[in-house]
Amino acid sequence: MKILVPIKRVVDPNIRVRVKSDQTGVETANLKMAINPFCEIAVEEAVRLQEAGKAKEVVLVTIGGSQCQDVLRTGMAMGADRAILIETDAALQPLGIAKLLKAVIEKEAPNLVITGKQAIDDDNNQTSQMLAALLGWPQGTFASKLELNGDHAVVTREIDGGLETLKLRLPAVISTDLRLNEPRYVKLPNIMKAKKKPLDVIKPETLGVDFAPRLKSLKVEEPAKRKAGIKVANVAELVAKLKNEAKVI
Amino acid sequence: MSILVIAEHDNQALKAATLNAITAAGQLGQPVTVLVAGNNCQAAATAAAAVSGVGKVLQADAAHYAHPLAEELAPLVVSLAKDATHILAPASTFGKNLLPRVAALLDVAAISDITRVVSADTFVRPIYAGNGLLTVQSPDPVKVITVRSTAFDAAPATGGSAAIESVACPAPAGISEFVSHALSKSERPELTTARIVISGGRGLGSAENFKLLEGVADKLGAAIGASRAAVDAGFIDNDHQVGQTGKIVAPDLYIAVGISGAIQHLAGMKESKVIVAVNKDEEAPIFEVADYGLVMDLFAFLPEFTAALN
Ligand SMILES: Cc1cc2nc3c(=O)[nH]c(=O)nc-3n(C[C@H](O)[C@H](O)[C@H](O)COP(=O)(O)OP(=O)(O)OC[C@H]3O[C@@H](n4cnc5c(N)ncnc54)[C@H](O)[C@@H]3O)c2cc1C
Ligand SMILES: Nc1ncnc2c1ncn2[C@@H]1O[C@H](COP(=O)(O)O)[C@@H](O)[C@H]1O
Repeated sequence: MKILVPIKRVVDPNIRVRVKSDQTGVETANLKMAINPFCEIAVEEAVRLQEAGKAKEVVLVTIGGSQCQDVLRTGMAMGADRAILIETDAALQPLGIAKLLKAVIEKEAPNLVITGKQAIDDDNNQTSQMLAALLGWPQGTFASKLELNGDHAVVTREIDGGLETLKLRLPAVISTDLRLNEPRYVKLPNIMKAKKKPLDVIKPETLGVDFAPRLKSLKVEEPAKRKAGIKVANVAELVAKLKNEAKVI
Repeated sequence: MSILVIAEHDNQALKAATLNAITAAGQLGQPVTVLVAGNNCQAAATAAAAVSGVGKVLQADAAHYAHPLAEELAPLVVSLAKDATHILAPASTFGKNLLPRVAALLDVAAISDITRVVSADTFVRPIYAGNGLLTVQSPDPVKVITVRSTAFDAAPATGGSAAIESVACPAPAGISEFVSHALSKSERPELTTARIVISGGRGLGSAENFKLLEGVADKLGAAIGASRAAVDAGFIDNDHQVGQTGKIVAPDLYIAVGISGAIQHLAGMKESKVIVAVNKDEEAPIFEVADYGLVMDLFAFLPEFTAALN
């Protein structure tokens, strides 16, 4: 069993980003960057499967600029065996990313792909489902539990009304939800070890797919600010305001 | 050509968010066609035909649509796509699971979670947990879109009288199989459509204490929500989570109790009409979005508030 984990480098989730004043995008210069939290959960899950003897090799892939090597090193410090950087500074969208990933998957032939459910910058929640479609594989999105049993995976998914369990034929694509696991802290010796693990850099052009973005971004605006509210002194005042001013109860 | 909406339903009734997606579809053009794919889903198809603004209902009835498996539904939607300029579904876990798979099979982009239709090819959607609103234009021949239900009114469930047509169902893909589900049952209104929501956070401290919210919910006919910290700590089930990665709500009244107001939580509730925050820390960021803030210990607040609602 070989597991491939696509990961993305994003602005640290604790940072509140600002829209650029010329509305061309969001200000990301000099912000702290990190591995997308859902991708970190994906790496953790793959490494746990390996530690449990269910998988032989865990390979990370990311598509992005050369600076993305840092998240690949983080993932290898968590326990992944090696990593591939598809290096490009071009604008990327989920369909193009899924096509590039498919090309890598055709070479690497993993039995399982674990992605995050959503990249917390663009909030698309698409890549995993698109990749599964392009490969003709089943998809287990928003997984909160994953079991591998021979030729199939049993996945429990977080859906709006509760939980759903599916049986998927392998190979399959899984996307992680927050409660799948709690990622480990990486220890210093593992960070040192990860520096020696193989990291291949390839150019997307060598993969022979059209990954040009389809959607045109026209502008990014700041959402309307809520008008400043007031503090009430006690429960009686709150109830009076809700009844007489806001008229919501 | 038509605008195709994929209904979310349980074979009997439409899920509420389908009505919001139909409204978004109506802003794109006419006619609006609704696909009801299920197993013995006549009742749901009849419900869809009665929705105001619906021009036609396509019913795909087959055993392999008994549960909404993306592997089965995607080829069906693709088989109907040649007549469509747009394909829409609610941005629920159903729509988010299905539509990107459809889009990739059609070799087009997917547009997630739109909050506004600017024109037939231009849409607004939130990014970075709602800290930016992105306007995107799609040159693709068919636009595949999920619709954020809080941003569009529900289409009236009655008043329409669309014809129901049955459509051919592609053979089963057979690569995935439904095993079971555990759906939460509750007498309370559904979180995403409730007029009033009361949510609790880590401040509640335990599953036992979390029940203190029920007194208020009973009095106000409110749904109960939660922060991720409360869900992670096991105070309440995951399907109550409000936020960037949980549910998006926009009730008339949102009461946040013992919630600090992290950006990921705000992403799910800051469009509420009136926000009340109760927190013992006067510096809590939740107060920045609250219309009415009350600095108070929640264990004193909840019984007193419940009593005051009598
Ligand atoms: C990728 C990602 C996605 C996320 N998605 C979501 C999401 O969808 N939804 C979500 O909610 N979070 C989400 N989070 C988590 C988010 O960052 C916060 O950690 C979480 O919202 C905090 O929950 P909380 O406010 O209940 O807890 P805390 O931040 O711990 O706040 C508890 C609050 O309770 C108050 N309090 C404590 N005791 C009392 C008392 N006795 N009386 C009154 N007040 C009291 C405290 O003053 C404090 O303000 C996500 C995080 C990440 C990284
Ligand atoms: N540039 C990228 N490189 C590798 N994987 C990615 C990239 N972008 C997205 N992904 C994967 O797809 C998941 C969902 O992202 P998205 O569809 O953009 O919300 C992420 O959690 C990653 O696992």
